[in-house]
Amino acid sequence: MALLQIAEPGLSTAPHQHRLAVGIDLGTTNSLVATVKNGIAVCLVDEQGRALVPSVVHYRGDGGVDIGVAALGARLEDPKNTIVSVKRFMGRGLTDVTHIEAMPYVFEETPGMLRLRTVRGSKSPVEISADILRALRARAEASLGGELTGAVITVPAYFDDAQRQATKDAARLAGLHVLRLLNEPTAAAVAYGLDNAAEGVYAVYDLGGGTFDLSILKLTRGVFEVLATNGDAALGGDDFDHRLYCWALDQSRIAPPSAEDARRMQMKARAVKELLSVSEEAPFRVRLASNEEVDLNIGRETFFEMTRPLVQKTLAPIRRALRDAGLVAQDIKGVVMVGGATRMPHVLRAVAEFFGQAPLTNLDPDKVVALGAAMQANALAGNRRAGDDDWLLLDVIPLSLGLETMGGLSEKIVPRNATLPIARAQEFTTFKDGQTAMAFHVVQGERELVADCRSLARFELRGIPPMVAGAARIRVTFQVDADGLLSVSAREASTGVETSITVKPSYGLTDDEIADMLRAGIDRAGDDFAVRALREQQLEAERLLEATARALETDGELLGTTERAAIEHEAAKLKALAAGGDAPAIGAGIAALARITDAFAARRMDRSIRSALAGHKIEEL
Amino acid sequence: MAVDFTADYFALFGLPRRFGIDEAVLDRAWHTLQAEVHPDRHASRPDSERRRAMQGALRVNEAYGTLKKALPRAQYLLELAGFGHGHGHGLELGHGAVASSTMAPEFLIEQMQWREAVAEARAVGDVAALERLAQRLRAHAGEMTTRLAAQIDERRDLEAAADTVHRLMFLDKLRREIDDALAALDG
Repeated sequence: MALLQIAEPGLSTAPHQHRLAVGIDLGTTNSLVATVKNGIAVCLVDEQGRALVPSVVHYRGDGGVDIGVAALGARLEDPKNTIVSVKRFMGRGLTDVTHIEAMPYVFEETPGMLRLRTVRGSKSPVEISADILRALRARAEASLGGELTGAVITVPAYFDDAQRQATKDAARLAGLHVLRLLNEPTAAAVAYGLDNAAEGVYAVYDLGGGTFDLSILKLTRGVFEVLATNGDAALGGDDFDHRLYCWALDQSRIAPPSAEDARRMQMKARAVKELLSVSEEAPFRVRLASNEEVDLNIGRETFFEMTRPLVQKTLAPIRRALRDAGLVAQDIKGVVMVGGATRMPHVLRAVAEFFGQAPLTNLDPDKVVALGAAMQANALAGNRRAGDDDWLLLDVIPLSLGLETMGGLSEKIVPRNATLPIARAQEFTTFKDGQTAMAFHVVQGERELVADCRSLARFELRGIPPMVAGAARIRVTFQVDADGLLSVSAREASTGVETSITVKPSYGLTDDEIADMLRAGIDRAGDDFAVRALREQQLEAERLLEATARALETDGELLGTTERAAIEHEAAKLKALAAGGDAPAIGAGIAALARITDAFAARRMDRSIRSALAGHKIEEL
Repeated sequence: MAVDFTADYFALFGLPRRFGIDEAVLDRAWHTLQAEVHPDRHASRPDSERRRAMQGALRVNEAYGTLKKALPRAQYLLELAGFGHGHGHGLELGHGAVASSTMAPEFLIEQMQWREAVAEARAVGDVAALERLAQRLRAHAGEMTTRLAAQIDERRDLEAAADTVHRLMFLDKLRREIDDALAALDG
């Protein structure tokens, strides 16, 4: 595969320390952690050689927490305190979650993101996910023998801003430095594309435990460009289990089951579903705590028939994505299958029929996302060496961002499938004399009515200079970064006054809440808040010093003698500070060096872009 | 300094400032620039450099979004020539009905006919009819694009081009309405 022949700015050819970076697939049913060892992506396993960590968390009465395989048994013994499929709750309110009546948990009536009452107190889905991430981090650090520099965490491509932010917050709580939130289908495409030297337009069909994504990507010379993405953030293998569970309840005519018995039946439903992927029929036999016995038999075709509507439900997002990309099914060169639920034969058959070709199943659908994430983490951490594969991911925002306007309508500010990062500015004006504040409501979704979209946040602009009505010109900028996360800034255009913004997330945690949780987690994780803050400052200082030294070496001629001396002076000062333990002083030193190297950095980037374009023009000839 | 990022979008990608462009060249230039400025290329760099690269990446994507499609490209060219459309930036299009004082009455009638056809098909949930309309729309937009190329690149008749841009804005809005209707019917 002809890959990009562009060096990262300041890419050193000298060998440098290998930074420990991992890719994490934080799944609904199972999670994995992977890393690149000796140039090859591998999943990290436990003592028994198992790569999959069941996404199950058990809060014990004695204050302990079990995660993964260790928590599996407690699903039956202690269903209220054993959380499965927590991913379905991320960034979601109580009314958003389907099949809530069949869940054994004690939910709390809270505004915004739902919470669960456990024996260990009230838990947000963010905290529960952080416990899973902590276990993965521990596995990685034990296996790699050192502290992690950073992690790439995958999310469903169709996750909205609230779900993405919740995932990033969970990582922060788990003490992970997030290099990037990466869309699961894109991660799979990286693993597949690089392994198979693929070129052309591909579709990634990702049916996980609780989410469905469909992404269409164009692969050209090492560039993975997402053309369109679509999906259903509440459709996955769990729903197939649920159909089977409802069928069994109905057929066996038992009394409404207890929480424990419901869990027992659900676990059986999953086992039966998996069995039906390989055999023509399966027994559905469970002895309940109520002493009743469920004794049923189900044939494959019956199961396929009852879940056909779910499979059909995945086809609409495919059609929408194709339409957005301006393509038809025949334009797709290959269909990559991801997620354990794609093992079901009728799913494979429906996809094959739709695209008129057999889907690509030569990858392990459970592992491919984690492997792709590990490859990206390795690249982002700066471990790529000259001559290694090089690639670029250009991903998109899955759902349009809008603002509420008069009459409860959503005015689209950033359209879906726009390439990230993206910024869009919109101007607003005051409608009253002397008005100094203004309120906004940001929503995400395609529907016209705000009520049908997802509320992301409400924010207020304050400090608008008092003027006559209509004279102020407030420019509000919406910026969506490569993680798909939105930030908002505003300034009054005629006076240049920065207006302050207080954002109140509708389904998220505020920075204060996160800080409280971080502090609360200190004893448990054995981490020290202050130590961690210092460590982060030192790492940032290290990065800046290293970057400065490299820049002086490669582009020193862009500087005058005085400029150079000033930079060297600040660098020496920062180096001395970083060796000490005063975090705020290191922070000030970083700011000082960054300020003085600012113009230099601008000149360097300018030069690198010119030379990149020049090289590109020569290539054209 | 920093000529590249304040330069107009055509110069940024090293393209001649005209309506007709070689899309393959644009795509490649976009990839080349993103390979320099994309946040992923600076993930392990200091904060200050990351911020700067981010500004570059935003600008490059904005530029690409503007030049990639015919309508925003034409709007941008008119804007560069001092023919303000008040669309401000990039892909932003006018909301509500597309109308202007100089608009020919037959175009207004045409708009009504298109709208009626779409509304009718949507009301009865006729997917095939909507798809046929979408196809006709694409063909018509194609003709408008060819017309724009002649008006801007050959005849330099920007007045006429502005009129064609209005027509394309209408067609673009209608296309999105059809897409939304199709998506809604899909369930």
